[in-house]
Amino acid sequence: MASSTAKIFTDPIFRNNPIAVQVLGICSSLAVTSNLKTTMVMALAVVVVLGLSNFSLSIIRNYIPSSIRIIVEMTIIASLVIIADQFIKAYFFEISKQLSVFVGLIITNCILMGRAEAFAIKNPPFQSLLDGLGNGAGYGLVLIVVGTIRELVGAGKLLGIQVLPLATDGGWYTPNGLFLLAPSAFFLIGLIIWGVQLIIAKGVKA
Amino acid sequence: MIEIYLSLLVKSIFVENMALAFFLGMCTFLAVSKQVETATGLGIAVIAVQTITVPVNNLIYQHVLKDGALAWAGLSDVDLTFLGLVTYIGIIAAIVQVLEMGLDRFVPKLYNALGIFLPLITVNCAILGGTLFMVQRDYTFGESVVYGFGSGAGWALAIIAMAGIREKMKYADVPKGLDNLGIVFVIAGIMAISFMLFSGIQL
Repeated sequence: MASSTAKIFTDPIFRNNPIAVQVLGICSSLAVTSNLKTTMVMALAVVVVLGLSNFSLSIIRNYIPSSIRIIVEMTIIASLVIIADQFIKAYFFEISKQLSVFVGLIITNCILMGRAEAFAIKNPPFQSLLDGLGNGAGYGLVLIVVGTIRELVGAGKLLGIQVLPLATDGGWYTPNGLFLLAPSAFFLIGLIIWGVQLIIAKGVKA
Repeated sequence: MIEIYLSLLVKSIFVENMALAFFLGMCTFLAVSKQVETATGLGIAVIAVQTITVPVNNLIYQHVLKDGALAWAGLSDVDLTFLGLVTYIGIIAAIVQVLEMGLDRFVPKLYNALGIFLPLITVNCAILGGTLFMVQRDYTFGESVVYGFGSGAGWALAIIAMAGIREKMKYADVPKGLDNLGIVFVIAGIMAISFMLFSGIQL
């Protein structure tokens, strides 16, 4: 039992990763990965919202008539996202300016609805919380990998600190500006999916 | 006056393309772009919903939610902006529902063509994204109509183009593991680069 509970948490991080394997929730995320700081805030927001939405939905799951469950799910998610949005605005105002509308777009992130429908609606609260945190973490992991590569290659920085000395400042590194723009995120995710699919195909059958 | 709307239209279709510049509506963009025919159906549905929801949400925002907007009701110091997200998503869901019932009743032909796509649209980030951008940029009502149509049309354009490319891709020999969604991402990346050409245009 203990191992299967742990599996609920670890599975979505690697083997059943929401972005690389299930290909969910790409919409609201890629635009925020051009630097690591906003990426981490975004990833954290999703982990918290996903965990809490799964948890609270699971508590009331036996009282929701199935015909209106989508609306109930939407309302729970939207309320949690509003809290997250207000929190980020209050404590990380600079970052909230950069994230602009994308915090609000967590509502329509397919992972949230997906997990609510597929897991939280028919499982007890504790497992649902773990499932939410696990999926959030798997999502965050991919986001942070992409964010790290984009900021490092695109600007020679990590978290705003210059890691690779730029050629314009007498160093040796000439940044590749393309990595700060939208298309690079598509390429990186495409390559990550390629890698993950190859590993899965190699035999580790889930 | 006309120039402002015209430049906003071009900007929202090409320069700030919902799918390729802001990554919005990606889930449906990847899932429903296998055939040109279905992609066209979804594209038209998105244009229709977007053209209605953005202006409606604009009215709600300007007259109910905005700081001080309730002055007409004698509540001039009430700021309801924090209710924005839950209101907009509710309105979008309601409009999609009403649209679905209306089409079913009056234009069954169109309903059959668009039927399965309409519910999908509620959770399409491009729709909510359009509304949120409208709020953030504080568009007037006229601008919001143009922006709603333009952003919907841009998204439709992108998904139809993508479907066309994917139909041709059937004959290509793609490396193992990359052949499912990986290659779609790479194509989207290349399309995004080509759309970036528009970003230098000043109108």
